[in-house]
Amino acid sequence: MRLSAKARENIAGWLFVAPVIVILGLFMLLPILMAMWVSLTDWNGQGSPFKSGVPFVGFDNYSKLFTEDGLTRQDFMTSVRNNIYYVGIVVPVQTVLALGLALVVNSRMLKGKGFFRAAFFFPSVTSSVAISVVFLFIFASSGAVNNLLAFFGVQGPQWFADARGILHLVLGGLGVVDVDNPPAFLTSGGPFGLSWWDWLAGPSVAMSTIMLLVIWTTSGTFMLMFLAALQDIPVTLEEASMLDGAGRWKRLRFVTLPMLKPTLFLVLTMGIISTWQVFDQVYVMSQGAPGKTTLTPAYLSYTQAFDSFEYGTGTAISFVLFAIIVLFTIVQRWLLRERNA
Amino acid sequence: MATVRANHGARTVASTFVGYFILVFFALVFLYPFVIQLSASFKTEPNAALTPLNPVPDPFVTDAYHKVFLSTDMPLWLGNSLIVTIAITLGRVLLDSMAGYALARLRFRGRKALFSAVIAILAVPGVVLFIPKFLVLKQFGMYDTYTALILPIIADAGGVFIMKQFFESIPRSVEEAARIDGAGPWRTFWSVVLPMGRPALITLTIISFQSSWNELPHSLVAVQSPDLYTLPRGLAVLVSGSLGSGNQYPLKLGAAVLATIPVAIIFVVFQRYFVRGANEGADK
Repeated sequence: MRLSAKARENIAGWLFVAPVIVILGLFMLLPILMAMWVSLTDWNGQGSPFKSGVPFVGFDNYSKLFTEDGLTRQDFMTSVRNNIYYVGIVVPVQTVLALGLALVVNSRMLKGKGFFRAAFFFPSVTSSVAISVVFLFIFASSGAVNNLLAFFGVQGPQWFADARGILHLVLGGLGVVDVDNPPAFLTSGGPFGLSWWDWLAGPSVAMSTIMLLVIWTTSGTFMLMFLAALQDIPVTLEEASMLDGAGRWKRLRFVTLPMLKPTLFLVLTMGIISTWQVFDQVYVMSQGAPGKTTLTPAYLSYTQAFDSFEYGTGTAISFVLFAIIVLFTIVQRWLLRERNA
Repeated sequence: MATVRANHGARTVASTFVGYFILVFFALVFLYPFVIQLSASFKTEPNAALTPLNPVPDPFVTDAYHKVFLSTDMPLWLGNSLIVTIAITLGRVLLDSMAGYALARLRFRGRKALFSAVIAILAVPGVVLFIPKFLVLKQFGMYDTYTALILPIIADAGGVFIMKQFFESIPRSVEEAARIDGAGPWRTFWSVVLPMGRPALITLTIISFQSSWNELPHSLVAVQSPDLYTLPRGLAVLVSGSLGSGNQYPLKLGAAVLATIPVAIIFVVFQRYFVRGANEGADK
């Protein structure tokens, strides 16, 4: 029997995509569905989560995260607080750094572009675990950073053991509050079982080292994206603005930056999406310590499942994280549509 | 006029100086940690703790590397990492380009819907899948095997996307010629289209190699027995476990150097493909 050319192409098409469909279906889609079920149960890791003996608890695992007072909610909210500060500082800093480096590297007067581009990009391609080991050494209490600080007469902290919040330190340093004896109206209450005082801690000193590491490793990738966009800006446009007598700052402000807007946008959203997922560095460097100040939702969901065998809570946390990230993705898509229209 | 020009010239010199200052400063910030890492791995333990900033190991010793190979499971981790990375890289290059080609060129029913599904999957954040992947591997009886390390990530939506974009950019005429000669879709793909796809294939090979060589979380949820540890997993265990007395920094940093070297070599040789990979990622 001979098939028509159209039918043959149909079959060929499906055969070509079949392996990828099977892999992504079995290991991306199916797992998500299974996890949705597990997040509604109290499964403890023994046997199959689909057996009849597994207790169904409805949305209990989710309400434990948001409405029920207890250790689970406190840990979860602490991890959310930590990650909010983490995103809020890492994303702007790495974006500005990447943009700045791209502008300098792209400058026509300077030579050695290739070398500097490679130097800034190299940390991004190396193993996050290996880099974490290096930073553990560099930020050790008698390590390279504290040696450098000592050279300037500053005594560096015990980076990884220091749970003090940066914001607390700043407020205390300015004399706004007494850190050892914080005002009662801040400590007496606050949303989601965490006091206002705790919400306002800022990232801890230990968390700052992880933030520095991540800024250091990811700026290079984003710099490359800015560089690619800068090279797409027509030279004639810059020349025209120069003839019009625009100085360097004016040119940057009114010609270059507007042209970079789509890339800037992309870098910001990619940054937000990836910073909500910080895991490897926490796993290697701090395991959530000191004082739970480096706990993140991704790491918490992992430990809930694999250390405490609370698979229901763990999967519930990962779906909340999923929702947070999807929300940011949707906002990005929506804003991009506005821009394209 | 002359003073204006001189002034302008002085300003150019000044800004060139500032430009180089910024570049050199940040080059140091980005590269010196690697210098510290490399030199500390050749220092003695007390020396590494006393002179962390000094780039020259004095005395120069290779004890750390002896110890890494003799008293840790480094040879095993290296072997496992190689097996897993090579299998995943080969699998991704073949499977992603097949799917990418079909989505770009073959007209079959459901193609558009499939491509939308690929885009949707691209948006699924990896950390969300930790526990779900573990559940599926347990359910299939694959947990704690080489299959678990390799199979779930042997195809990826990002690679399919890159290959589809690439195949759409090459002219159709070559394939039509092959088709007129009577070649079927597979022959056309294998002996006509793939050879033309070299730049995209190299890019995909490199980013697959780099990401699977560095992969930690997948190993955490796929296996538990130390015999199946890959290098990042072994390194993570080495760092968190206090291996004997002291901090053992030269040993840990030496192990980290070994984890960094393969990717570093590929980076130096194939830098422009890395750059391309980073920017392809941006097009998603």
